[in-house]
Amino acid sequence: MKELKIFGIVAAFTLILYWGVEPFAHSQMHKHVEGHNLVYDGKADIEEASKDKKEAKKKFWAEVKEIAKLKGDPVAGEATYAMCAGCHMEGAANMGGVTPPSLDHAGAIYDKNFLIALIKNPAMATNVDHKYKDTSTHPMGSISSMVSAPQDIANVVAYLKAKKAGEVTPKEAYIEACGRCHANRYGKLTQLGEIPKTKSNIKTGQDIEKMKYDQKVAEEQAALADYLGKLPPDLSIIYRARSEHFLHTFVENPQSQLAGTAMPRTGLDHEGMEKVMAYLEETGDPSKPARDALGPYVLIFFVIFTILAYLWKKSQWKDLH
Amino acid sequence: MAHFDENAKPFSHQWLNERLAIDTLQRVLSTEYWIPKNINFLWAMGMVLAATFGILLISGIFLLMYYQPNTNLAFDSVNYTIMTEVGYGWLWRHIHGVGASVVFLIIYIHMFTGIYYGSYKRGRELIWISGMLLFVLFSAEAFSGYMLPWGQMSYWAGMVITNLFSGGSLHADGLVEWIRGDYVPAQAFLGRFFMLHVLLLPLVIIGAIVFHFGTLRIPHVNNQDGEEFDFDEAARLYKEGKKKESKVIPFNPVFLSKDVFVMGIYFIFFFYLVFYHFEFAMDPVNFDPADGLKTPAHIYPEWYFLWSYEILRPFSTNVGLIAFAIAQVIFFLLPFLDRSPNVAPASRRGKFKFWFWAMLIDMIVLTFMGKLPPEGAWSTIGLIAALVFFALWIALPIITKSEKKL
Amino acid sequence: MSNRRDFMGMALGGFTALGGIGALYAMKRTWDPLPSVKSAGFTTIDLKDYKENVLATEKWRGKPVFVLKQTKEMIEKAKKNGELKRLIKVNDDYYMVAVGLCTHLGCIPGYNPADESFLCACHGGMYDSTAMVTKAPPPRGLDIPPFKIDGTKLVLGETGPEYEKMLADGTTMKV
Repeated sequence: MKELKIFGIVAAFTLILYWGVEPFAHSQMHKHVEGHNLVYDGKADIEEASKDKKEAKKKFWAEVKEIAKLKGDPVAGEATYAMCAGCHMEGAANMGGVTPPSLDHAGAIYDKNFLIALIKNPAMATNVDHKYKDTSTHPMGSISSMVSAPQDIANVVAYLKAKKAGEVTPKEAYIEACGRCHANRYGKLTQLGEIPKTKSNIKTGQDIEKMKYDQKVAEEQAALADYLGKLPPDLSIIYRARSEHFLHTFVENPQSQLAGTAMPRTGLDHEGMEKVMAYLEETGDPSKPARDALGPYVLIFFVIFTILAYLWKKSQWKDLH
Repeated sequence: MAHFDENAKPFSHQWLNERLAIDTLQRVLSTEYWIPKNINFLWAMGMVLAATFGILLISGIFLLMYYQPNTNLAFDSVNYTIMTEVGYGWLWRHIHGVGASVVFLIIYIHMFTGIYYGSYKRGRELIWISGMLLFVLFSAEAFSGYMLPWGQMSYWAGMVITNLFSGGSLHADGLVEWIRGDYVPAQAFLGRFFMLHVLLLPLVIIGAIVFHFGTLRIPHVNNQDGEEFDFDEAARLYKEGKKKESKVIPFNPVFLSKDVFVMGIYFIFFFYLVFYHFEFAMDPVNFDPADGLKTPAHIYPEWYFLWSYEILRPFSTNVGLIAFAIAQVIFFLLPFLDRSPNVAPASRRGKFKFWFWAMLIDMIVLTFMGKLPPEGAWSTIGLIAALVFFALWIALPIITKSEKKL
Repeated sequence: MSNRRDFMGMALGGFTALGGIGALYAMKRTWDPLPSVKSAGFTTIDLKDYKENVLATEKWRGKPVFVLKQTKEMIEKAKKNGELKRLIKVNDDYYMVAVGLCTHLGCIPGYNPADESFLCACHGGMYDSTAMVTKAPPPRGLDIPPFKIDGTKLVLGETGPEYEKMLADGTTMKV
């Protein structure tokens, strides 16, 4: 049993080594950020805010809370929603740096409190108010002059929650919530949506349609980079480049992980977050299903291999001692 | 000229024997290659390493079919084409990534086994030196391979490690540019490290493995007690059927049967990592594409380089470089710095026992500190561990010289 | 006893070989064409775009595909030779659509509109306007790619009933 003792020592040192370079090192390297379970009540925003902003934020989120208590009327909300649809429409053009995203599943993927806050004051709701002199300079700033009455806001949100909340695929959730700023080349998505199929000219070998499309994407990206200070990264394999915890807390409140970032909070609710993560996993770690399917067989193979090898060893060493 | 029987059927046993001496080869290389009986599973690490090298070679061949050594394409060829499109491409990549990390774990176990049992001494110096040569070659192979996915860690590791060659105050910037073929790591750099990784270094490694095996032949493998005995006599006993009395066993099949069993256990561990726990071998930072204008918040080498990296870190540039250079070669000198004539397990060697465990623990501490941010207490602990490392090497000849002869 | 020893060694060897077969399967799959290569194996052409007796070359799966709209005389000749079945009929027009690689060793034959025939410069093989072989060494006429008729459009790479019929009566080989 001396061998088992030696094995124990080797295994113990290996595990200590592993603990030191992986879990322990990573716990020391990254600051720990507590998530707030996708509740958008402004608590974190108020805590982080500088002294001069604290009061304004407190007041803002208290008002949001009040509006959330009102009973919204989806029918009245539909009429008010026409104002949103003026910009949030199919084929919308870039407005002040970013193209307004589709709201087709807004009711399903975004939190109610967040939507109320967003309509009330987009810069404050997305926690990037430090970038704007006042909310009217936000690309969506004009909303506060168009829909400002608490009941109107409640109505629009009620409409979104009732009528814009159908079944949503992970890809749709990603495109609506992230896709206007972040390309995903492994998912064949640019900031303009899905990359169209084009064909090169057989005589010249050139694909003019693709060149035109690439130029449009480049222009969109330049506008985004001007607006946000830099081009938001492609998210093809962000799922492997960041921990799941980081992605969750970052999406929930970008400022908590990266103070001063230009990235707005997206206000995803539980369903939205789940769907967006599912899509990021799909493009970032596509081999997971295959891995899970094959893994047990390979391990069972080597367990049987080891048993057979043990029996062989025993038969070979029988006469030696 | 040798005798060739005209009547021998082509490719028959006799025909092959006359031409290739297959019986002699089999005897010399396997059935009468004698291994001491008094060994434990740590003696199987050599074959485990050989098997891991084989796995790395095979998985590497299949990765090579779709990898693109081009700074614009490399990242996506690995992370998209191989991981998404190529049939079982993900399997080769995970095997290759995990294998590259685990091979160093086994190398370190193999090394410390040799140190513990004194397997580098009296007649076995060349085994040790060729083994250390393999360690250096594997390090170069690992580093060059790490460049290939062209992620952030690839790029910045390439930047930092090639800068080491500027020699601190010597400012040999010309040498650094020569190594890179550019002012920064770029296409020329990726191309040449690709060549090193898939051609030149593997060739040299295969040669060095053959040499390492060759150095074993005459001094023979050590045993658990460092006991010296007459192998010819022991072999005679074994062949006469007195297996119980004999101190040796043939490599094939007796030693091999134990090797294969140990390998089986190792493969369960290895493939568990490949399928369920590969993150440790594939750093998240390297899933961000290389960006020459942005250094990641934390950069650190793979775990197996951390101890020597930490020796570099706590000192000023020049002292650090010298310390680092010494750390890289000091293990080569082990057979000459250990002045004791005893070939025995460390547990029976008085002060050397403490030296062994102190060295092992110090290197683990260095490894921990190498990954932590170099701030505050971590910095201090790192500095102390680095100083202890050198103190231990200075102490080695002194404590071993005074060692009592067993 | 020595039997048992051999037995265990062989059992282990056999079981390892089984794993080896599994590994070989994975290796074989790695050599397969990529899904993106396979999904790119479709080309749509519009038969309206072609002129009589003017050879057009398209590209399908990286191979040249000849399209030759037939003149009245060509159709008459094809009828006489019993080669009308090699042509694709869309509305009242007949088209020769074939992979432009000589069935001998894969060179691209050249078209001579005056003779209304193809000549492969590599080894002298000749084909008529329906791409049927008229002079050896090619063993058969040019192969017809899988196609599906969709109005006046032709999707190369998809299999339609007309192509299945050609396969069934031996007009072309599967490419």
